Amino acid sequence: MAEIVAVNHLSKQFNEVHAVNDLSFSVNEGDVYGFLGQNGAGKSTTIRMMLTLIRPTAGEIKFFGKELYANRNEILKKIGAIIERPDHYKYLSAYDNLSIFAKMSGIKVTRKLIMDQLDMVGLADRSNSKSKTFSQGMKQRLGIAIALIHNPSILILDEPTNGLDPQGIADMRNLIIKLKKEMGKTVIVSSHLLSEIELVANRMIIIHKGKKIAEGDVSEMLDPSNTVVLVETTDNTKATSLLSAMPGIHLTHTTDDRYIHISLDKNDIPQTVTQLTSAGVGILSLRPRHSLEEYFLSLTNNTTHVETFTNRTV
Amino acid sequence: MKKIISVLIITIAGLHSFAQDANVLLQTIKQKLDKVNDYEASGKMKTNVAFLKVPVANIKLYFKKPNRLKIKSEKGISFVPKGAVNLNMSGIIGDDSYTVLDAGNDKIGNTPVRIIKLLPVDDNSDIVLSTLYVDEKNQLVLKARTTTRENGTYELEMSYGKYAAYSLPDKIIFSFNTRDYKLPKGVTFDFDDGSEQKKPADNVKNKKGKAEIVLNSYTINKGVDDAVFK
Amino acid sequence: MWKLLQIELYKISKKPRTYIAFIAITAIVFVFQFAFKADGKAYLDFMAQDVTDSFVFDKSKAINGYFMCYIILNTLLVQVPILVALVAGDAVSGEANMGTLRLLLTKPVSRTQIILVKFIASFLFTVSLLVWMAVTALFLSMAIFGVDDMIIFRSKGDVSQILQITKDDVMWRYFAAFAYAAVALTVIASLALLLSVFAENSIGPIIATVCIVIVCTVISNINVPIIDKYAKPYLFTSYLVGWKGFFYINSTDDGETLKGTMENWPAVRNSLLNLLAYIAVFLSATIIAFRRKDILS
Repeated sequence: MAEIVAVNHLSKQFNEVHAVNDLSFSVNEGDVYGFLGQNGAGKSTTIRMMLTLIRPTAGEIKFFGKELYANRNEILKKIGAIIERPDHYKYLSAYDNLSIFAKMSGIKVTRKLIMDQLDMVGLADRSNSKSKTFSQGMKQRLGIAIALIHNPSILILDEPTNGLDPQGIADMRNLIIKLKKEMGKTVIVSSHLLSEIELVANRMIIIHKGKKIAEGDVSEMLDPSNTVVLVETTDNTKATSLLSAMPGIHLTHTTDDRYIHISLDKNDIPQTVTQLTSAGVGILSLRPRHSLEEYFLSLTNNTTHVETFTNRTV
Repeated sequence: MKKIISVLIITIAGLHSFAQDANVLLQTIKQKLDKVNDYEASGKMKTNVAFLKVPVANIKLYFKKPNRLKIKSEKGISFVPKGAVNLNMSGIIGDDSYTVLDAGNDKIGNTPVRIIKLLPVDDNSDIVLSTLYVDEKNQLVLKARTTTRENGTYELEMSYGKYAAYSLPDKIIFSFNTRDYKLPKGVTFDFDDGSEQKKPADNVKNKKGKAEIVLNSYTINKGVDDAVFK
Repeated sequence: MWKLLQIELYKISKKPRTYIAFIAITAIVFVFQFAFKADGKAYLDFMAQDVTDSFVFDKSKAINGYFMCYIILNTLLVQVPILVALVAGDAVSGEANMGTLRLLLTKPVSRTQIILVKFIASFLFTVSLLVWMAVTALFLSMAIFGVDDMIIFRSKGDVSQILQITKDDVMWRYFAAFAYAAVALTVIASLALLLSVFAENSIGPIIATVCIVIVCTVISNINVPIIDKYAKPYLFTSYLVGWKGFFYINSTDDGETLKGTMENWPAVRNSLLNLLAYIAVFLSATIIAFRRKDILS
């Protein structure tokens, strides 16, 4: 798939604070690209820079091979966004809200277009109600309608499930999948919950304190052949040298005094344990990280580590 | 001593005869004025008072015996000086409740005039003193200065034309005292254009106001409705 | 741009706060008209107290539609900046508060265009307020009180004056005065818009605008030479009441007014130019600030 978004060495500094620091990543056409990080990691700042809401201190953002700021209007016509909350004019009706943002997107607006869109998100019968009378879920659906009204090829959703009830979260998840599979859209979705990204994204980036910690295919990150295991032994030094000599085992982390971090195929764990114990190294504990959530936590607990799954060479 | 007494007698007698002459003159003027029972005249009034910036007003002047007088603006608003009710000489010499004093001769322009002073008999009268400058030859009052208790001094200067036979002037310059006008403080936010204030002309500096009335087309003795004086 | 302006005007027209200003103006005008209908002569007696000692004038003629409008504008144009700020101060900050600003700015429309449209919309709102004032304070007063010569009480430095303008010489002055007021109030609108860019709720810029207007008006009205020389010329509030210049009719040295004239047109023109300069400065500052602004709301 063609690269549709390219972010190169992007930085944003607010006074002394580096909100985003030399961040590079790319999104391919048709991706659901997960943007994962804890609150304050720099996700929103990055997404806002991609939408021209915040001006970068340094770096470059390209959409469709064109520099964003030089081709702002042309690019923004092809982007739809929900930023944190699905905001709209509370004193206007659903129809008016949709109509206003459609006109601003530069498309020809017809009543049929607006009503079809409202119908798609299940708000057709409330088209004349002021949006301040809407429930949170309805507001969310209106927000989606606004983001999609001009038929953008890229959807940027910043924390789209914030403040939603479980049903709303599930609806949003289904929508993202539908956008990709049925409508062929490219979706960039940010969240601080890996469980959400895990369910919808095919590729993802993890950022922490403005820096990239990892980027890669979600399937690869979840791949059993890449299971991460934290091993605690009676003699970590000896164990490290033994493990590094074993085929199919990668040492991923060496600064941890207590655990040795290895990645290996899940099926190789019994054999590895046998080899260590037969060499006289006692196993005190063995902690496999099965889900991406665990991995995410392990990475963000230690910020000095950068790992790119797709380019890993150990 | 005899001399002194005789001089005194002659002087008093002389004065008395002068006063009598003045009285006669005044009576003549009065008779002339009496010919007019009422009139209506239209004209223009130009007011010149330091604080008043107004256009020339088209006015109508109504008079009815004995001394009712009214100035009405034909259109728009006009500021009529209060003392203007005495614009007509009958207001000053209409009744006989004054002592007439002859104060000699003078000239107004090139016209010789007789000066007559009128002292009200009534001590409580508002008018303290009236001085008339009379053109003896034509029996017309050219100038009248009246000093009042309440409203200061006002002066009438009159020039005559077509209606001289009725002692009705074509032009009256009415000078009067005005108080300084001050707007109550803090009621307006005014636009200060930063310009220097225009120096008021000398004649208005000493709080003197002037109204110049030019009259034409008198309608005399054709009756005037009482309603206009209300 | 026209489409954007239509959208902006539509949004303003749907906001309840927009109508507060119209209701406030209507209420103030009605109170004035009622009070003057009931007891206008008392007001004239108060204003012309020294004059009535030596002059007689027809007070019922003096209280006419033209006079009423002048009296109402005299008071109202001091308060209207608040009403203008109510809408212009909300223009950007209100959207920031609602969250729609960030959505708006992800649309293919430049920030400069958005500010220009909001400025024009605020200007049109200001004009419509003035039109409403003309309808209620002028035309309605003319209907209620009739039409006659206009009397103006003016204080000029230490001197007080009464000016009289003939009725056929009044209307053009009102048109000019309303046009001037539109420019003056647009200065307030552009100031409120500028402050609006820096805030994330509308209360801040509205109050800040009103405070600035009050403080500058107070300074403008302190009659101290040093302030007259160094502060007044630089304060836009010094020029807000310049509309009155159209009613200061010129007169001859002996006090006869000259129809169709103004006493000091150059001063009014310069005030107008000053106000336009303020609008240009405020609007440019707004555009620059808005273009540079990181949208964090």
